[in-house]
Amino acid sequence: MKRLFESRPFRLPMQRLLLTCCALFSFSALAAPLVEDTMAQRVLACTGCHGAEGRAGPDGYYPRIAGKPAGYLHNQLLNFRDGRRQYPLMSELLQTLGDDYLRDMADHFAALDLPYPAVRATGPNAALTRGEELVRKGDAARDLPACASCHGDALMGVAPAIPGLIGLPRDYLAAQLSAWKSGIRQAHTPDCMAQIVKQLSAVDISAVSQWLAAQTVPAGARPAAMPARDLPLRCGGVPASQTAGGAAR
Amino acid sequence: MKRVVLIVPLVALLAALVWWSTRHNPGPDTPAIANASRVAAPPAELVARGEYLARAGNCMACHSARGGTPWAGGRAIDTTFGTFYTSNLTPDPDTGLGRWTATDFWRALHEGRSRDGRLLYPAFPYTSYTHVTREDSDALWAYLQTLPATQQASRPHVLRFPYDSQTALAVWRALYFKPAVFQADASQSAAWNRGAYLVQGLGHCSACHAPRNALGASEDADKLAGGLMAGQNWYAPSLGSPHEAGVQGWERDDVIALLRDGITHDASVAGPMAEVVYGSTQYLSASDLDAMATYLQALPAAPSAPATGRAITLDDAQRARAARLYADHCANCHGEQGEGSGPIYPALDGNRAVTLDPPANPLRIVLGGGFAPATQGNPRPFGMPPFAASLSDEDIALVVSHIRGSWSNAASPVSVIDVQRYRGNLR
Repeated sequence: MKRLFESRPFRLPMQRLLLTCCALFSFSALAAPLVEDTMAQRVLACTGCHGAEGRAGPDGYYPRIAGKPAGYLHNQLLNFRDGRRQYPLMSELLQTLGDDYLRDMADHFAALDLPYPAVRATGPNAALTRGEELVRKGDAARDLPACASCHGDALMGVAPAIPGLIGLPRDYLAAQLSAWKSGIRQAHTPDCMAQIVKQLSAVDISAVSQWLAAQTVPAGARPAAMPARDLPLRCGGVPASQTAGGAAR
Repeated sequence: MKRVVLIVPLVALLAALVWWSTRHNPGPDTPAIANASRVAAPPAELVARGEYLARAGNCMACHSARGGTPWAGGRAIDTTFGTFYTSNLTPDPDTGLGRWTATDFWRALHEGRSRDGRLLYPAFPYTSYTHVTREDSDALWAYLQTLPATQQASRPHVLRFPYDSQTALAVWRALYFKPAVFQADASQSAAWNRGAYLVQGLGHCSACHAPRNALGASEDADKLAGGLMAGQNWYAPSLGSPHEAGVQGWERDDVIALLRDGITHDASVAGPMAEVVYGSTQYLSASDLDAMATYLQALPAAPSAPATGRAITLDDAQRARAARLYADHCANCHGEQGEGSGPIYPALDGNRAVTLDPPANPLRIVLGGGFAPATQGNPRPFGMPPFAASLSDEDIALVVSHIRGSWSNAASPVSVIDVQRYRGNLR
């Protein structure tokens, strides 16, 4: 007999609930759907697009959410619900969920420690070289910080709020950077990514996305616990203690 | 000739009504009193009551833009006549209600007029709010005055001709609106009367659950016979019909649970009604929920309008594909025979929501997925994934047709055109 519930999730009297269910459906005759009282069961709504356990969708667009920093995931759920990011499927799905429950969901996916698939190797080209340079060094002439200066030298992000940049599809990365450039995607103010991306050209965006998507995530890679140095800009949604000059700036 | 004779006085009468209703009518404008009332803070009890009533009316849901400052307005309401933008209800003097008085506010609710006498569009559901008592209006007003003032100018509506003129609005009002007050029915219980007051008044249930005519007026609002929500691609089912969302045959506690928790032992709310539970009814007192349930259960049972008789049939290959799609994408949670699993994954066999005509809701649910609203009674709801991005229009039409026509369900299949019609922005 498969479990119906592991524990009592609702205010409804459990006995009545079970009685009603049993009266309505004959479980012995049918393969009754297995319903576990777990977060994994609750977020099946997410993994339909983001892949089993949030390992990324099969279509090369829906990004991996497993193992991203919890604060970042929580911020994105709030951003979709509150209109700072635009994707109707996400916004509608989250419309009637509160901050606390979205935090539970973020914690659930952040805690998943799953291997990343290997990336198919591509030969060297000019775009990859340019992309790597922008990611590692930035462009001092344009006052453009390196991606790594915030997202960590390993580019796996920094807990709790800065996401990793590798292990994501190229199309997704390019779409996000372009959306930031046009103002469609926003973050909590001050929106440091918006300031940076506005300086990137379409060629820069393509180069950065191409190089990042070509990197294989090393086994056991996790977001860094702390930034290696103060962040170059102040960013909303990131703890003030991690940003340039801390809270004073 | 006879007809002309009749039309002339009718037109004259209409013109007189239009003139009468559009003339500048600022009413008793008494800034000195208004200022005085702002100096003396309203009693906390009145404010708390106003806050509760604002929940009952779900005012904030419309008067806040997504992610914007609560109560500062700016939410777009799409209709067949154009897009309305809700107004700023905070006490900001220039862009909000800072210069209004309690009487101005009551006149907006009761008569659908702004402070300057301008006619308001019934997208602001004063056709329902006209039933609200002056006492409750004053409590709401007291609460609104305690909000932080936010300077945010209201965006002008973007309406098609002729709906953008005050004259057209005056004609509409002459035809469809008359200020009224709630009249208690002495032959009914106190609970029924309280329920009627909430459902017909602040709850403005008829705004969605009553059919609208070509000019957007609710027909027989009190029957709550169901209506298509044009701008939202959802169908608000009939609360009179036992085949739609009528609750006449339910246990009282189940009606209350649905409004309070968003979920019962075998049903849950979805789409716009999930928003209503999330923002409004979950906060209502036990006695008000009981009153609303009493009233809704006493609505006269009315048959649904006859199904439109869609001439769609599936061939054998389509039926086989539909069954396979169901097995691959739905059966895991909803069961091989649509038997579901308690309140979490509702049974689809015998489920009124999937056999509705028009089929907007089952299509929207398959396209967009969803969570039951997070409420105090169900704080961590389970969810259904959206299929808008993973299944083609053809496959969505097939799988929804399968669900509507399998087991004990006998509703008509749906077409690809139906899927496209209700898909809206879900891509």
